[in-house]
Amino acid sequence: MSSSDIYRELILDYYRNPRNFGKLDPHDIESRDSNPLCGDEVEIQVKVSPDNKIEDIRFHGKGCAISQASASMLTELAKGKPLEWVKELSKEDILKMLGTSDLGPARIKCALLSMKVLKTGVYGYLGASLEDSDR
Amino acid sequence: MRSQSLDAEGVKADFPILKKKVHGKRLVYLDNAATTQKPRSVVDAVSGYYTKHNANPHRGVHQLSIEATEVFDESRRKVMRFINAARFEEVVFTSGATDSLNLVRYGWGSKHIKGDDLIVLTIMEHHSNIVPWQLLAAEKGARIEFVGITKEGELDEGRFEELMAESPALVAFTHCSNVLGTINDAKKLCSSAKRAGATTVVDAAQSVPHMKTDVQDIDCDFLAFSGHKMLAPMGIGIVYGRREKLAEAQPYRSGGDMIKEVHTSGATWNDLPYKFEAGTQNVEGAVGLGAAIDYLEALGMDRVRQHEEDLLDYALQKLEGAPGITVYGPKRPSDGAGVISFNLGDIHPHDIASILDEEGVAVRSGHHCAQPLIEELGITAATRASFYVYNSREDVDELMNALAKARRIFCI
Ligand SMILES: Cc1ncc(COP(=O)(O)O)c(C=O)c1O
Repeated sequence: MSSSDIYRELILDYYRNPRNFGKLDPHDIESRDSNPLCGDEVEIQVKVSPDNKIEDIRFHGKGCAISQASASMLTELAKGKPLEWVKELSKEDILKMLGTSDLGPARIKCALLSMKVLKTGVYGYLGASLEDSDR
Repeated sequence: MRSQSLDAEGVKADFPILKKKVHGKRLVYLDNAATTQKPRSVVDAVSGYYTKHNANPHRGVHQLSIEATEVFDESRRKVMRFINAARFEEVVFTSGATDSLNLVRYGWGSKHIKGDDLIVLTIMEHHSNIVPWQLLAAEKGARIEFVGITKEGELDEGRFEELMAESPALVAFTHCSNVLGTINDAKKLCSSAKRAGATTVVDAAQSVPHMKTDVQDIDCDFLAFSGHKMLAPMGIGIVYGRREKLAEAQPYRSGGDMIKEVHTSGATWNDLPYKFEAGTQNVEGAVGLGAAIDYLEALGMDRVRQHEEDLLDYALQKLEGAPGITVYGPKRPSDGAGVISFNLGDIHPHDIASILDEEGVAVRSGHHCAQPLIEELGITAATRASFYVYNSREDVDELMNALAKARRIFCI
């Protein structure tokens, strides 16, 4: 698949009308990162349920269509899933979510930024709660 | 004057890489402000150096070492003529414009800038002409002021003059903006700065490749540029330094070749320019730069400039006539070099660059290593098309076709 085939209606719709866009208060997880090459930014906030599931999730940020649509689609996919699910997420899952098999080295970082942000947040949260239960 | 103009199609034939297909399309290379392609003659000069003359210059008495020294010196003489430096020893080889500016920062700046000194820069600088001065200012406790731009994307000369009244120690500015294409009046700025008692540094990375540059006429103290932006290999660059300024500068790197004598008690420095050329030099790069200068001189720098002005004129008309396009920088071709930055509606430049790439059109997108300028423009990124000798009006047409496709995809 060529890289510009990614710009299908679905992606553009998520870019123009992002689902789960905004902030979440209160939240249990907050994580943000940027892509120095593109200047893409994504911040994700998560509310965690007592049984360690993603009860609610929001993102905000700015950047190219791929980074922002990917973040929006990821929040939809993640809602209701156990935190453990996030740990298992892979590049292939994100490409499948975007409906493409390859993006090429220049743009793959845009697509994967939100996954990196969510993983970093969840790892931090699980690390922190692990320490809590150790005490 | 038509017969005098540059034959872009003929020039194109000299560049093997331009025959390449990208995604099945003809390559339309419009990222020349980042780096330029190389003509066959430059590639041949580099390989010719290795098949005929290679040895370590200045170090051996054997035949090949003498030949390597000769071709290295010959390239320096070509650069000297090309920028009209008064003296051989004022032309120092570096690895590129970034390295050249760092040489000035460490060699001259570290020795001469003191606490409370003022360093004047402009908001349109490339990061390579900002960060070294920020580090120097932090080291010495010096102060930096940035001269802004007008709505038209020209330097705010009124503000520049105001700052000159504060007697800056150092004034560093770009001769030509790598984002806006704005050409600064280097001669005028250097003259004001000199009157104010400042040492002047001109970043000529985007001017020397595109227009006749005369360091004696500009009357600057230092001038920096890269070979790879003017048809030569990567990893070779130049810093021109006025003899007195180079003489009062300290060595930048130390080791072999840059010394006259080394004893266990200390060392003395080699003569200019070798004092600044420590270790084995990039001779193949210097030879490639010499061949690039030959190529450009055969075309004629006036014709190169005229050709880019024509292309800029044509491209500006096309872009300004297209819906949704915002062009940044000077709108008169005579005020700008062959660089155009723009945005199309609210489409992110990276999305534009991806769609253009699919059509074989190579442009740059992002902040172009000039974040302070991008912020000043009130945007987060831009798409940039930049021209050189092998670009033609057809290339601009391809750019416009590809932009129309982006507009269709994003429904703008
Ligand atoms: C205006 C300007 N200055 C300096 C540089 C740095 O050149 P180099 O990366 O070759 O050292 C560039 C290149 O991007 C430039 O456009």
